[in-house]
Amino acid sequence: MKVLLSTTGRELDSPLDPRFGRAELFAVVETESRRFEIVENAAARAALQGAGIQAAELAARLGVAAVITGHCGPKAFAALQAAGIQVVVGARGTVAQALEDFLAGRLRPATGADVQGHWA
Amino acid sequence: MRLAIASGKGGTGKTLLAVNLAWSAPRPVDLLDCDVEEPNCHLFFKGQVVRREPVTKPVPTLVPGRCTACGLCARICQFKAVAFFGKEPLLFADLCHGCGGCSWVCPVNALMERGEEIGEVEVREAPRQRLIQGRLRVGQAQSPPLIRAVKRRADPDRLAVVDGPPGADCSLGAAIADCDLVLLVAEPTNFGMYDLELALSTVHRLGVPCAVIVNRAGRGRLDVRAACARHGVEVLAEIPESEEIARAVARGRIALESVPSLQPIFAKIWSDVLSRTRDGRSERRVLHHADV
Repeated sequence: MKVLLSTTGRELDSPLDPRFGRAELFAVVETESRRFEIVENAAARAALQGAGIQAAELAARLGVAAVITGHCGPKAFAALQAAGIQVVVGARGTVAQALEDFLAGRLRPATGADVQGHWA
Repeated sequence: MRLAIASGKGGTGKTLLAVNLAWSAPRPVDLLDCDVEEPNCHLFFKGQVVRREPVTKPVPTLVPGRCTACGLCARICQFKAVAFFGKEPLLFADLCHGCGGCSWVCPVNALMERGEEIGEVEVREAPRQRLIQGRLRVGQAQSPPLIRAVKRRADPDRLAVVDGPPGADCSLGAAIADCDLVLLVAEPTNFGMYDLELALSTVHRLGVPCAVIVNRAGRGRLDVRAACARHGVEVLAEIPESEEIARAVARGRIALESVPSLQPIFAKIWSDVLSRTRDGRSERRVLHHADV
């Protein structure tokens, strides 16, 4: 399964970015092999508004099954849901820790946005 | 003839200039308060409210069963108000600028427009002046459709003075787009000069003729005239830094009434403005934005 984690750095032990739409980078990880690539979230970060929607479009293009992040606003959640991508919030620590928490079932898919837009 | 007052920086004296120009206008005038996020011309206006109307912007809505999932609507939207993930488009009305592009490109008419209320226009009448004021609803982020609605209610055969919004963005563009001349109010401070240059670059790009009025002249040591000369913009007049003016404004008074020494300055501004705009009869450019 391919999952996406919002991150602040280019390694698996980089701290997770709790924001989705305005995160600088996305780590796209193949969960079986733990192989990963780093994707820049540049277009969404540059957007005046609608960053979450644009980030969700990028996630859809990358073909991930789940987005693992700290928090998710209402527009990003609606967009990810429309794209058929699971949204997992409440992740913390490094990308590697968040991934292990998710795979161990300690993080569950969200059923809605957990913050308002522009929360950070 | 339509004259716009703008500045870049907020608090430089746009409203001071606009209400006093309207008050001293040589002919009956429409004062258009296009600072719709925080309109304040009414504080200086004696007339009564004669009309209040809601203003809407067109936002897309999906007609059930028509969409063929081509995605063209999302591709044309520059503001992510329409997003597409392979099925029906996802619509975010609050991001919509009301351009109408999505319903225009839809090959099967699956997107219809409905009006979403974004604010109101209020009209006040006094003997030689009419104030048309836009007020954006709290929570709305796009002022241009409301600014255009204010301007459409002005009498095209009358003199009009537009009190513009601060900043150098789309709101400024909407406020000055069809004006014959823009007066940029500048204050001689670093912040004032920096924002004046931003506003100048926007005004130049939109191709609207402009000139500068220095407000609070004598404060600070910046040479606004030299800076304007470098940009090829003329300074028409200077309004001095004055406690008397500040006191009149703070009490909601017309400065020209309280401070008679200002009268020759405003008379010169009007004569310069009218001579630059072929006695107020120059042709107006057509707005390129979609009419709301």
